Order: sequence, then structure tokens, then C-alpha cells
Amino acid sequence: MKQTHRESHPSLRILVYVLLVCGALLFTIPFIWTLSTSLKSGEEFASDPGRFLPRHVVWENYHKAWTALPFARFMMNTVFITMVTTSASVVSGSLVAYGFSRFEFRFKNVFFYTMLATMMLPGQVTQIPVFMIWRELRAIDTYYPLIVPAFFGGGAFNIFLLRQFFLGIPRELDEAAMIDGAGFFRIWWRILLPLSGPALATVALFSFLGQWDNFEGPLIYLNSPEKYTVSIGLRMFQDSFGTNFEQVMAASVIHILPTVVLFFAAQRYFLRGINLSGLGGR
Amino acid sequence: MATSHRKRMVDQPGFWGFLFICPWLIGFLCFTAGPMLTSFWLSFHKYDLVSIQNVGVENYRRLFTEDPLFWKALKNTIFYALVSVPLGIIGSLSIALLLNQNVRGQKLFRVCFYLPSLVPAVASALVWQWVFNSDNGILNTMLRMVGITGPQWLQDERATPWAFALMSLWGVGGGRMVIFLAGLQNISDSYYEAAKIDGASPWRCFRCVTMPLLSPVMFFNLILGVIGAFQIFTSAYVITGGGPNHASLYYALYLFQNAFEYFKFGKASAMAWVLFCILLCLTLIQFWTSKRWVYYEGGDK
Repeated sequence: MKQTHRESHPSLRILVYVLLVCGALLFTIPFIWTLSTSLKSGEEFASDPGRFLPRHVVWENYHKAWTALPFARFMMNTVFITMVTTSASVVSGSLVAYGFSRFEFRFKNVFFYTMLATMMLPGQVTQIPVFMIWRELRAIDTYYPLIVPAFFGGGAFNIFLLRQFFLGIPRELDEAAMIDGAGFFRIWWRILLPLSGPALATVALFSFLGQWDNFEGPLIYLNSPEKYTVSIGLRMFQDSFGTNFEQVMAASVIHILPTVVLFFAAQRYFLRGINLSGLGGR
Repeated sequence: MATSHRKRMVDQPGFWGFLFICPWLIGFLCFTAGPMLTSFWLSFHKYDLVSIQNVGVENYRRLFTEDPLFWKALKNTIFYALVSVPLGIIGSLSIALLLNQNVRGQKLFRVCFYLPSLVPAVASALVWQWVFNSDNGILNTMLRMVGITGPQWLQDERATPWAFALMSLWGVGGGRMVIFLAGLQNISDSYYEAAKIDGASPWRCFRCVTMPLLSPVMFFNLILGVIGAFQIFTSAYVITGGGPNHASLYYALYLFQNAFEYFKFGKASAMAWVLFCILLCLTLIQFWTSKRWVYYEGGDK
């Protein structure tokens, strides 16, 4: 990664560090607070909510949160939906990006700019008719409305990111493979995808976060509690256990944890994926 | 004849290119273009999932003249956007600038700042609900330590809009900051060196080198920031449900309620189109003014 090699004034450097440390603390406090509350007993929380470290660590909250609702069920549902949509977005998105980055055909630019324009479209404009479509197809209270859209490219931003990345891969590689008799699918699969690790990881991470976080979709489409995802399950939890804050916080931590773990795993690629895509510099 | 024609098509790379973008194109037609037109059509009808009836511009007329909540929601949303978008841009740019200094532990800092945006919206809403708790919430506890009595953030209708704006700030270390950081790292050092040789102060470097070269990124963040701000939904839905006294009834929330709670699909579609027109105007204005302040290196668009 490129760093700016500028020597700045020592006092300026100290200021930078002070600001960074203060900022980092400010941003992580709610997070740490959530964690510590989830480990407090009900009495301790009631008597001393401002205390940072719990006097006695109580793991029970997690157990209670996990068993109070079919939380394991919600988790499995969410993992299933997220896995399917993430892989569908990556595969279909990279195919579309391949089409936009390597081929010339009629109306290509029209399609491309139309696609970019959809990034600015508020979802509310399409929400109701899409709901009507799924209702006609008798797909309300199934996972289809949440999953199927991911198979169509996985969103304009992802396609754009991948297309930018593909443009940076020398075309000579494609041509050499073609001379060796490779078809277009093979070039996509054997040349472009293996060289696009950072961009694919970035897109996968974005898709994962988007779906894991998705609240409005499940809220509209899912009715039976056994099909709920964690996000709406958590809201149900809030309604029925609203007074047991420490348990609500434990449930929140369970919801947050997978995203944090995944972020750390993909961290390495993350900034590089955006950076090399030229998004920053255009 | 037919086969030879097909063979010719298959031999053309353009045909394959079109084939590859087909998933997007089909999805666009089925889930974007088609529904958009349908919702426009629907906005002139009364529809409750059972019967449908053409009412002309009645939905729009009622929204504008007979629905005080529509105006309330619009006002709330504009206030939210006016506060959260500039603060968000300034915040995320500041963090990116700090991180772009050659600091040690850059990775750790980056994670700290990014962490809040990893928190799923419902979980973060629950966390904030508690941060803003007027009796034993962390914010008022801290304010009490320095001798200030904090307001009843989520019960007082004067404080609630600020609570939501404050909440939005927690996410400034996320995607927008990363995009700013990527933009900063793409600025060639040679510009700074040249400026330094000319004796430019750090502030002048920032104003005359960083800002112009970063302006396309800023523009991108600004446009998506405004659109995002107008769609605030989950936090309001989970934390306050629109209260107190509709102080956090945001546009997307009111639209959702009309559609999926009151089943007024015609009215909700009209609202969606009003939102679309507002955002389209705002975006076009930004594109129009961008000629004055967005600088593209190399001079091409």
C-alpha cells in the first residue's frame, strides 16, 4: 500500500495521534459498552449502568438470549440466505462486469450508464410493484424475494467495482488464452477471476454485509417466525425482552460477531479492492 | 439457413458480450424498469390488494393539501439530510486525512473507525436506544459527569431529530471514509513535493492540491450521501417507530407505513414518485454545480 512520504512537523504528528486516539475511542465506546453490558448481571446493570467493566462476568445472558427465542434457527436462516445471495452476486456480477469490460456491442454505453444511474434510484420507487410481483407468484413468506434478485448481477455498485478492476487486467492475457483455444467462459473463469481476488473479496464482503444487515426485506416478505432472520428476530426480542437490556445486548453481540470476524478475514483485500478499482481516483 | 445465421451470431464477440450482461439487463427490466413504470401507474390509482380504482391525481392532491403528516415527514427528512450529510462528509474526510498521514498502527485505527459500520442496523438501533436512554444511558451518564443534564433524547420531540443526526455520525468511518482514503492514496506525491518546493503551507497544500484532486470522490460521496440520507428507515422504525409526536417520522418510514401497514398502495406509490422527483432534482442540481468545483485530472470527464 502506498503511503505519503512526507515529513511533517513533530508537533503536528503528535496532534494527529491525539486526534486519532480520541476518535478511535469515541467510535468504539458504544461497541465496548454493548459488550460489557452483555456480560453484566441484571442487578449490576440496574444499580451501576455506567460502569465500564462488569464486576462479575456473567455468561448466562448469552445462553438466555440464545434459548429465549429460536435464535439458532434465525441464525441458520440468515446464514443460508446470506451465503446464497453472496455467491450469486459474486458470480453473476463478475459475468456482467466481464461483458461490460471486454466486449463491444450495440448500446453498451447506454446500458452501462443506465446501470450507473440505478445506483441513484431510491428503492421505494420499485418496492411496491416488486412486492406485487412476488405476491402474484405466491412467494410471500418464502426466501425467493430475498434471494432471487441477487442472481441478476448483485447490484450496480458491485458490477461497477468489478468492471473497473477487470479493465486494469491486461487484455493480452485474454488474447494469449484465446490463441490457446480458450472460449470466453474459460477466459472469465481461468484468467479474470483468479486475478481479481481483492475485488471479488470486496464485493463478497459488501454483499454479505448488505444481506446480513437487511431489515426491510425480511420485514416485508417474511411472516412466519420460524423463517425469520436474525435482524427481525432481534426486533422481536426487543419487544418481548425490552426490559432485560443485558440480554438484548447479548443478542446484539451475537448478531454483530459474524460481520466483525469476516471483516477481519477480508481486511487485507478490502482497501486494495476499492483502490485498484480506480474508484478513488476517477 | 437458420443454423448458418446462428453460427455467425455465435462467432461475434459482441453477441457474447451482450449475453454476459443479460443477467443484469433482465434483472433491470423485471425489478427496476418494469416496477418503476408500474408504480407510476399505480400512483394514479387506489389499490389495497383487493380492488383497484382509477382516481386520477387524487393521491397527489391529497398528499400536498390534506396530509399534514406528509409535510411533517418531508420536513423531518430534510432536516436530517441537512445536518447529517455535511457532518458525514466532514467527518469521513477528516478521518481519512488523519489516517493518510504516515501513522503507525494505521490498520488498527482503520478497524476502530470502521467497526461501527459493521454493526447491523437493528443491533446498532438497539445499542443507540440505550445510549440515548435518559436515565441510565451512556450519553447522559457522561454528560452528568461533567455537570450537564442531558435532554430526554427519545422522549422530547425537540431533541429527537438531533439524536438521529448524532446517530448517523457513528457510521462516518465506514464506506465513505474508505472511498476518501482510497482517493487520497491515489494522489501522486509529486504534487505535494512540488507544492513544498514552492513553499506552500500544509493548509495551502490541502486547499490547492488535495481538495481539487479529491473533488470527484467528494462528488460521488455527496450524491450517494444525499440519496442515502433521504432513505433513513431502519433506525427510526426500530427505535422510536416515528415518535415522539412524529418527530422522527421520516419519509421512508411514513411511506412504508402507508404501504405495508395501512395498505394504501396508491398513496405510497405517489409518495415514492415524489421522493424520486425530489432526489432527481437534487442530483441534477449537484451535477450542474459540479462543473464549478469538481476537477477531473487529465481534463476528460
